[in-house]
Amino acid sequence: MGRTHIWAKCAALVLAVAGAVAPGVARAGQASDDRMILEGVPGHAGGRLVVALRSEPKTLNPVLAVDEPSREVIRCLSADLIHINRGTLKTEPALAKSWSVSRDGRQYTLQLRRGVRFSDGEPFDADDVIFSFQVYLDEKIDSAQRDLLVVGGKPITVVKVDRYTVRFEMAQPYAAAERLFDGVAILPRHLLEASYKGGGFSEAWTLSMAANQFAGLGPFRLKQYVPGQQVTLEKNPYYWKADRAGNPLPYLGEVTFLFVPSEDAQVIRFQSGDTDVLSRFSAENFAVLQKQQGTKGYHLDDLGPGLEYNFLFFNLNDLGSKNLPEISKKQAWFQDLRFRGAVSAAIDREGIVRLVYGGRATAIWDQVTPGNKLWVDDKIAHPKQSVTKARELLQSAGFTWKNGALVDPQGNPVEFSILTSASNAQRAKIATIIQDDLSQLGMAVQVVPLDFHAMVDRLQSSYNYEAAVMGLVSGDADPTSEMNVWLSNGETHLWHPNQTKPGTAWESEMDGLMEKQLVTLDYAKRKQLYDRVQEIVAEELPVICLVSPNILVGAANRVGNFRPAILVPYALWNIDQLYVQ
Amino acid sequence: MTHRQKLGVALVLLAAFQLLIVFAGFFAPYGFATQDRKRPFAAPTTLHFRDAQGHFHLRPFILDSESSELYPVRFFVNGAPYNIAGIIPAHTHLFGVEQPGRIFLMGSDAYGRDQFSRFLFGGQISLLAGLIAAMLSVSIGILMGGIAGYYGGWVDELLMRGGELFLALPWLYLLFAVRAALPLHISQWEVFLLLVSVMGLIGWARPARLIRGVVLSAKQRSFVMAARGFGASDAYLLRRHVLPQTYGVLLTQMTLLIPQFVLAEVTLTFLGLGVGEPLPSWGTQLASLQQYYVLSSYWWMFLPALLLIPLFLVFYTAADALQELYKTVTL
Repeated sequence: MGRTHIWAKCAALVLAVAGAVAPGVARAGQASDDRMILEGVPGHAGGRLVVALRSEPKTLNPVLAVDEPSREVIRCLSADLIHINRGTLKTEPALAKSWSVSRDGRQYTLQLRRGVRFSDGEPFDADDVIFSFQVYLDEKIDSAQRDLLVVGGKPITVVKVDRYTVRFEMAQPYAAAERLFDGVAILPRHLLEASYKGGGFSEAWTLSMAANQFAGLGPFRLKQYVPGQQVTLEKNPYYWKADRAGNPLPYLGEVTFLFVPSEDAQVIRFQSGDTDVLSRFSAENFAVLQKQQGTKGYHLDDLGPGLEYNFLFFNLNDLGSKNLPEISKKQAWFQDLRFRGAVSAAIDREGIVRLVYGGRATAIWDQVTPGNKLWVDDKIAHPKQSVTKARELLQSAGFTWKNGALVDPQGNPVEFSILTSASNAQRAKIATIIQDDLSQLGMAVQVVPLDFHAMVDRLQSSYNYEAAVMGLVSGDADPTSEMNVWLSNGETHLWHPNQTKPGTAWESEMDGLMEKQLVTLDYAKRKQLYDRVQEIVAEELPVICLVSPNILVGAANRVGNFRPAILVPYALWNIDQLYVQ
Repeated sequence: MTHRQKLGVALVLLAAFQLLIVFAGFFAPYGFATQDRKRPFAAPTTLHFRDAQGHFHLRPFILDSESSELYPVRFFVNGAPYNIAGIIPAHTHLFGVEQPGRIFLMGSDAYGRDQFSRFLFGGQISLLAGLIAAMLSVSIGILMGGIAGYYGGWVDELLMRGGELFLALPWLYLLFAVRAALPLHISQWEVFLLLVSVMGLIGWARPARLIRGVVLSAKQRSFVMAARGFGASDAYLLRRHVLPQTYGVLLTQMTLLIPQFVLAEVTLTFLGLGVGEPLPSWGTQLASLQQYYVLSSYWWMFLPALLLIPLFLVFYTAADALQELYKTVTL
């Protein structure tokens, strides 16, 4: 359910003050051209890159886009003030060439690049920044990014200091403040202010608009949209980055996004050379593509575990007001830590890695994957599958066996169903393996594949489910992007969302830890706090973490500077540097 | 070959096949849910008769890919427990190899389960589904077609227009709706029975039309008129004279409908509406073919589909022979 997480990106690998960029104030009279110089192999200018999208983008409006295809295109068309470099996972200057932080950690002063122009040639300055944040923070617009820009319960305030200086003020110090700016695309005030003031903002910038009504600060600009087929972008001649030889970026003359609806179709198009870059595909398809890797002019990369964690969880909601007597009865088992422990012990995580991902995944026992090297807690135990231990745990909780079937202390047979999303073959397979593992404990488990939206409805509003297999993808490596999962009042606190006050002692401890790490500026101290959160997850098993799939990507050999990363977007994050031979 | 001989051969083949399916537990070397997580997508096991030295053995053996050891194929071995016809517990299997060797005659699926065993067990569900649904729709067909054809008039209009409505129904969406409305907790067998009854209930219109036609012409026959003239009641006429003339149509319809409903089960499962894991059915076995990597990498996943072709041919041959036979009888 990347949905709730795609825009969740804030966080701090780098601590607020000691950034990669020395804070400072721009000197007056500096050269009017503040182009950013990128390292990397200088490439050839021109050429076209073809990429497949799973569906048509719904909008090109960065404020309103929530679906991944829209965001994928918008990322090529827009730019932010401070950016997370997907390669290093650290923040780096973007439209803000430098910034300084006040001593109390609540004020950020950003120096904007001078001489930057939108893709229609209009100049960019502080007014565009003020306008953009005004739109993002407008409650009526209901932007997905708004939640992230509310710190300590209050929206960030933005003040124009001069034409190229802006100051952001927060209600409390915020560990991941710099990372907040990533993905907040700066809008052209000259094009959008009228529709914003006139109340037509929600209809602005749909795909059907004329290309000249659109302008952004990204490496590309809109060229043509053919409904049902493709959207084509062309090089933005005013882009503000250059390579180390001084050549303007991007190299590519055009980028075409083809609409190819299924993963299998995308794999086939890539295999036949119709598309140049492929990401988000299964390990099975990786194996298929691998067979022809040498002969077909493409190469594949396995980047190891990403930030996705898949898990099983039980319905621990307070069902008092809902009329679900069957489920309430079963909650007596689910709420028993020994029951959850037995389930966790009985699951063959290595088997899942082998059968579902062909070995291209890693077994996990808490939410932080080995791919997240800065935050993973190495002290978490990795117990092997043990049916004996599981049986002992169940016995100690008063369960018995009758003709091989598990029976609870009241004599009821232990039966429950696991929901999975029907569109995700991997998770359905995981659930089937769990079903087989739990049958060894005498539990009768049914796997129920449901349409994704039907499933989310059961998980988040009707609570009419018993257990589910799900996966979450963190939008960033920093724990801040996980706030909505681990805070007991979070919407994605899946096993018991939106609590008014924490229902258990360990949830209350977790709340305290998550809130504290948010305002702690020292990495070592934050790491300690987040390690404890991971320990709680591994001990209390609110979610039984199972497996983290590897990030798999592929690219045609003719694509230069291809440097995939484990953070979304895996393949196209440095599209301004990609070139074709 | 006369029609009678053709029918005989088809029936013998069908009976042999049904035996395999009914005693699936005995003929299958493994249980349908037995996973071997070290051997997902294992290719079909080759039976060897010649060893490395070139010596010939009457008893075939297999070469285990995991341990590189030889395991002779043994007959009447003890293995996973099963129930004969769902009642009598047993654990003898026709053939097998010693653990940890594995014999996968049709290869293994994504979970390392034996495809051959799953095919046999899957037949129990798929053929049963076909049979129940066919009986259901033929019975409703007799009732509706008989009444409509015999009484005629507005009854006929009502029933036949109703039948047309059923034929025009987008039943696939109806099934989606039915499945979605079901609670999560009903067991796999209940899902199965429900789908079967829906299939059967929807399928009645076509046999009903045929039977109506036969009944319509039968009731005009002079001997039927004569019996009516002697004061025979409607029930007597229907039972004694009219319905017996529909038996030929009924039998052919049954033999045609069974494979049709088996295919319907396959289609429904293919679309995710059938029985769920780990219960096997021919539909679940074919469903994995939807994925590109299975299609392109594991040819043995097609085997269940290939085996269904001769089975359906036999069914259709039987239907054809029956029809010809009844034609000659009634003439």
